[in-house]
Amino acid sequence: MSKQGLSRLSQKEKWVAFLFILPLLLQFAIFLFGPLMYSLYISMTDWNIFGNKTFIGLDNYIDMIQNDRFWRAMGNTAFYLIGIPIGLAISMVLAVWMNRGIPGITFFRFLIYLPVVSSIVAITILWQWMYNYEFGLINHVLSNFGIDPINWLNNRNWVKPAIIILGVWRGLGVSTIFYLAALQNIPKTLYEAADIDGANFLSKFRHITMPLLTPMTFFLIVTGVINTMQIFVEIQIMTPAGGPGYSSASIVFYIWQEGFQYNALGYASAASWMLGLMIFILTIFNFAIQKRWVHQ
Amino acid sequence: MKNDTNVKEELNKRTSDDSGKKKSLRKSTSKKIADGIIFTLLSIFSISMVLPFVWMISTSLKTPGQTRTSTPEWIPDPIIWTKYVEIWEKAPLLTGFMNSTMYAVIVLSLGTFFTALGAFAFAKLKFPGREKLFLALLGTMMIPFPALMIPHYILFVNLGWIDSLLPLIIPAMLGNVFMMFFLRQFMNGISDEIIEAAKIDGSGFFGIFWKIMLPMIKPAIAAQVILWFMNVWNDYVGPLIYLHSPTNQTLPLMIANFNAYYDIQNDFPLIMAASLVSMIPLLIVFFAFQRHFVESMNYAGVKG
Repeated sequence: MSKQGLSRLSQKEKWVAFLFILPLLLQFAIFLFGPLMYSLYISMTDWNIFGNKTFIGLDNYIDMIQNDRFWRAMGNTAFYLIGIPIGLAISMVLAVWMNRGIPGITFFRFLIYLPVVSSIVAITILWQWMYNYEFGLINHVLSNFGIDPINWLNNRNWVKPAIIILGVWRGLGVSTIFYLAALQNIPKTLYEAADIDGANFLSKFRHITMPLLTPMTFFLIVTGVINTMQIFVEIQIMTPAGGPGYSSASIVFYIWQEGFQYNALGYASAASWMLGLMIFILTIFNFAIQKRWVHQ
Repeated sequence: MKNDTNVKEELNKRTSDDSGKKKSLRKSTSKKIADGIIFTLLSIFSISMVLPFVWMISTSLKTPGQTRTSTPEWIPDPIIWTKYVEIWEKAPLLTGFMNSTMYAVIVLSLGTFFTALGAFAFAKLKFPGREKLFLALLGTMMIPFPALMIPHYILFVNLGWIDSLLPLIIPAMLGNVFMMFFLRQFMNGISDEIIEAAKIDGSGFFGIFWKIMLPMIKPAIAAQVILWFMNVWNDYVGPLIYLHSPTNQTLPLMIANFNAYYDIQNDFPLIMAASLVSMIPLLIVFFAFQRHFVESMNYAGVKG
């Protein structure tokens, strides 16, 4: 092919490439970057759908940090983060057990993974029924151990643990499979060397398995924090009003309520920016302390 | 040399020694006992993980009266199937199925096509600003959905799209940045020589994409499409905000409203039957593509 022909081809390549990425660029401009900037603008107005947009600067943000319900939603969301270490601890143990080469692993993995592939809404409804005060399965089981029935979803002390239990149950499949994949990458020779040194099971777990799983633990914590900060569906379905004394409402629930039930679109946008900022800071923080504990 | 063989012989003698045998034998029996204990623990644990589903099925086969017992009744007596007929009469579930299916089919087919096309351009074509544009797109993965839901709502009110599937379909069908990133990584692993050869043969860029690239990245696409299908089928927040009339709702929203309505009447069998039916498409996809599921998890895990 002649030189001219080649350069014409690379000219054409440029235009074809732009055509190929056009849908993604349109999505970026119309549905991602544009709306994001627009929400930053309306977060500085007092807009409530009907009236005019009056520019009020940072007033929404100042109102927010003085708002009791905002801080309660914030505290509840922070509380939900407890579910992450609980879920990771259980799934790490499960993965180590499943990695011993005993039969039936495929079947166990299948059972544990089942909640992951089920509909979130259907599962939340199922757990709402299981948490039923009078006839729910959980209280039935507890009564076998002589424990008095708990009014899970209508008691301000129990509603958050109830939502955490559901979250841990639902998420175990993913983290177990991730841990299992990571375990299979640990060289067998490390354990053989430890065996020669006469190391017992616990010290092998503490000095080989745990450290070599830290990169995966790190990944699961980062994604877990991002997801948990945005928890919403479970709360909106199980406690449509945000729980007794607003004890289950999350930040996203608060944003949704302010924006779509009270029509305070400007204020809700400010809250959503606050949430975005918080997720960003937490993620940066996670990466910053990574060096201290993640095995390189 | 001679010393070496001596040492080997010595070693052989030692390992065939009685005490050595006993030790390894003891070790393997203790391992067997440990394996047995762990097998039992795993069985108990994984069975208790699925007990909620068993309870769900069991409840759906009862009358509301049968659910009001002081001890759990796992096998209903008598077994009542009528709730599975009732649900279709009490809510436009079939319409919900149609709406959800339309949402999923359009988004997944067009979205996968645009995503793969974009990934191909970013991986194999040369154009100015390629890296910068790629990073800008990647950055959008960090935007949490709650930050977009209010401006989106305002946009769709102005477009007159509220109470239709358009706000769900149009933005999503333009592509999926996470999947694009994943496919680009995958295509980077494919040699450029194939592309160059095809160019010289006179294939157009789209021909190269369609006839050469697409067949090669099929497994990667399959894994991602399954995850995407799950997200679309599970989508709740979008429908909650945009869809108001019952006949326009997708399945999860319909089921949630169904729940809110019949929960007050304590008709748990009806609610469980409807929820169970709404999960069937997800379970079918899971059973059919189980292998791909695990693979896609592994991909994401190892790469992450």
